[in-house]
Amino acid sequence: MATAVLHDRGGPSRPVRYGSISRSRKRALVWSYVFLVIFAIFFLMPPVYMFITSLKTSQEISAATNPWWVFDPTLANYIELLSSNQYLTFFKNSAIISIAVVIITMCVSIPAAFALSRMKFWGSTTLATGVFLTYLIPETLLFIPLFKTFAFVYEYTGIQLINNWWVLLFLYPTLTVPFCTWIMIGYFASIPKELDEAAIIDGASYVQTLTRIFIPVALPGIIAATIFAFTVSWAQFLYPLAFTTSTDQLVLPVGIITTLIKGDVFNWGQIMTGALLGAAPPLIIYAFLMDYYIAGLTAGATKG
Amino acid sequence: MVDAATGTMGVGTRAAARRRPGLFQRKSTIAFLMALPLILIIALLVLYPALYSMHLATLNKSMERFVGLGNFEFLFKRETFWMVVQQSCIFAITAVLFKALIGLFVAHFVHAIPNKGQRKWRGMLLVPWVIPPAMSTLAWFWLFDPSYSAFNWLFALVGIDPVPWLGDAYWARFSVILVNVWYGAPFFMIMYLAALKSVPEQLYEAASIDGANWWQRLWYVTLPMMRNIILITVLFSTIVTFANFDIVRVLTAGGPIDQTHVFATWAFKLGIEGGDIPLGASVSLFMLPILGLGAIFILRDINKRGNEA
Amino acid sequence: MAQVTLRKVVKKYDDTLAVRGIDLDIADKEFVVLVGPSGCGKSTTLRMIAGLEEISDGDIAIGGTIVNDVPPKDRDIAMVFQNYALYPHMTVHENMSFGLRLKKVAKDEIKRRVENAARILDITELLARKPKQLSGGQRQRVAMGRAIVRDPKVFLFDEPLSNLDAKLRVQMRTEIKKVHQKVRTTTVYVTHDQVEAMTLADRVVVMNGGLIEQVGAPNDLYHAPTTKFVAGFIGSPSMNFIPCRLEEASGALIARMGEVSLPLPEARTARYKPYVGKEVLFGLRPEHMTERRPYATGQPQDFSVTVDVVEPMGMETLLYFRINGVEVAARVEPTSAVASGEVMPLAADLAHMHLIDPATDKVV
Repeated sequence: MATAVLHDRGGPSRPVRYGSISRSRKRALVWSYVFLVIFAIFFLMPPVYMFITSLKTSQEISAATNPWWVFDPTLANYIELLSSNQYLTFFKNSAIISIAVVIITMCVSIPAAFALSRMKFWGSTTLATGVFLTYLIPETLLFIPLFKTFAFVYEYTGIQLINNWWVLLFLYPTLTVPFCTWIMIGYFASIPKELDEAAIIDGASYVQTLTRIFIPVALPGIIAATIFAFTVSWAQFLYPLAFTTSTDQLVLPVGIITTLIKGDVFNWGQIMTGALLGAAPPLIIYAFLMDYYIAGLTAGATKG
Repeated sequence: MVDAATGTMGVGTRAAARRRPGLFQRKSTIAFLMALPLILIIALLVLYPALYSMHLATLNKSMERFVGLGNFEFLFKRETFWMVVQQSCIFAITAVLFKALIGLFVAHFVHAIPNKGQRKWRGMLLVPWVIPPAMSTLAWFWLFDPSYSAFNWLFALVGIDPVPWLGDAYWARFSVILVNVWYGAPFFMIMYLAALKSVPEQLYEAASIDGANWWQRLWYVTLPMMRNIILITVLFSTIVTFANFDIVRVLTAGGPIDQTHVFATWAFKLGIEGGDIPLGASVSLFMLPILGLGAIFILRDINKRGNEA
Repeated sequence: MAQVTLRKVVKKYDDTLAVRGIDLDIADKEFVVLVGPSGCGKSTTLRMIAGLEEISDGDIAIGGTIVNDVPPKDRDIAMVFQNYALYPHMTVHENMSFGLRLKKVAKDEIKRRVENAARILDITELLARKPKQLSGGQRQRVAMGRAIVRDPKVFLFDEPLSNLDAKLRVQMRTEIKKVHQKVRTTTVYVTHDQVEAMTLADRVVVMNGGLIEQVGAPNDLYHAPTTKFVAGFIGSPSMNFIPCRLEEASGALIARMGEVSLPLPEARTARYKPYVGKEVLFGLRPEHMTERRPYATGQPQDFSVTVDVVEPMGMETLLYFRINGVEVAARVEPTSAVASGEVMPLAADLAHMHLIDPATDKVV
């Protein structure tokens, strides 16, 4: 305070208060940055440590050197994994499943959201609420009865669902469809009613209204829902762990954990490389489409 | 034309003019068909298994005999079960509490810095939420490694004894909560940030003019305005945390000696790995009460909104 | 031929009646404005003509054909919405041609029609833009263009000007009138703004509570309202309604309103005679209560009041005062206005007065 007055070129006493406000603001700002840096270190430490380890040789990992530094960087882990058929199979399985699930989800969610938000029918309001409640039912409650049900399917029809990667195509939509439908209902609801009325007068059928007006107008929402469906499918761990076992049927998260961890022998350089590569697709999508990603995240809650 | 008009305007011909469109052209039919795949998925792959698990819980291990509440009686007599109940509750409550607090703090700090830099920070701070949890938990697993723990190496520098992160029951519980907080706090941060942005600046100005200090502005303006988002996020996160599987499974797989099991991982161990599907189903059913609680809150909220509209 | 006919049209939402059976004949090429307060059923009526709402009872015919169950696209109508409802992802050209493209009209025909409509509305240079890049007035023109392009039997306007600021609204009002004079299509226009109704319409339909109060040319509604509602709704500031008691003195009728009493015109004695001795409402517009003028026409009657509030408007000044317990407005020349609290001599032109029976709310 006192110094502020001195530096104020002897002006009237009032500017002192302004000076102290801007000073306290500046101090608050500095503290904000300090805490942000601390939290950023906490939040980014595991992926950074993954990256550090992925550049190390096994010798360096088991040496008693500073684990936070790479003395002898090498890409050997990356080369080895990316030329391993097994790892590439995991990656391929994950990619095919995630993309297929995104397509299934969109084909189910978008028409359903359109019907629920714009074309009232018997029970449509109940269904809209039900969709959101369904989203709350976790997969951890469903995997056991589903497992048993699929075993029954085999007993009665001879179709072996368990231990086939494509069984996941039935399972993942239970995670993605309710939420995507819910956020699409929200996006469609924000489109003014007059827009579909104008389309109806212009002679568009319901399907044309959906494909030529609603889908283009709600494109940001569709992108957000697509990202959500993809990342959820890519990250899903419980279903593949319970439903697939042969190494050629595994998806990435399960594959890394079950094949790279062999008994008590951990090849940490490769595990970290595999995990980092496994985390790469969602991270890359996030890096390029961050705003859509965040819009999708917040849409669920603010509209719920 | 005029004649036709006067002719058809008669009352008698009206019934003929009031023709209903056919079943398959009717709006409600088209709408129902559009929503049908959704209805099927929800009915067959969500509702049916949910109900089926209740049926499963009443069968014996080989699923040949109806045992009523026998599985539950068995569970209630086992010490491990009560430990899992305790651990699930401690895990969910502590983790959600810290996620909510850290999320709030971080959101506050991000909101406090100039708009220009916010995007960058926000982008950085959300990274834990973006990485598949099974993958990032592997990194934590490695950070907690008994012989090569990078944390313990840092501790050694300042003379702290090595911590048995996953070896000791209490430390292992701490570790799974820590990883869950690390993974979930960014989600809270992003929600709160969205909520903070929606508080009109004039409210703060008005509060400042009324003489409110920083703390009072937070208490009387920010928190009430964010009340709904905080509630829904906490509710949401409680359900998800309660049902968490990935982190515990990868980090400790329930160990040491079942001390860190939560409902989901224990149900997996009993039902899938142990082959006792009815028992696993019984355990997983204990996640229902929290779900029911969530459903009640949300339905109440939706009804309230409906009445206001 | 595109006359629009409504016969006993009713709209029921659950148990509430939004429109309670209205009859209306709109002639070919006519510009009809439906006006009334919000919730009077005017928009519902328009939407029933468009086919966006099903009608609960009665008949609607366009061009002589009953269209009760005809979907909107087959009714050959075009509609301009309050918020324009332009497709945000399409350019102006695409917006205007969307309906034609759905109908698979030939490309060069579409081009010709869009360009023609654009010329009429003076938006040729905007054709490649997206709605976001347009001002409110431009969007309004595009919305009208979209209607014109389709060359429909009937234009429907749903409060098209209420999203514009006051100045632009006046400008667009003239624009709409010009367009109608050029394209000469039957038009039904809904607004809550009685000035818009008066300036645009060939005929105005005043609606209230789901019923038609009165149909007539703008000046007829202004000078010869048939109900208290129409008398009060048309004109701004609205008509003064003063409770009064009708008395007879030596063959002439006198309206007694507290300390003011005015002799009624002789020509109306016979009409008003049945109400002698009853409490009725005396209606007179502010513009017919002025300062005393030497060259006054009509039947000026002098009286004096104590002014409560003075509102200078520029070309005139409004005075507010109380007669018989109600607030009354008068319109005077700015130069002759007094300050508030002072006594002002005024003249009422009773040739323009109305007498309303409070039991029926009808103009006698």
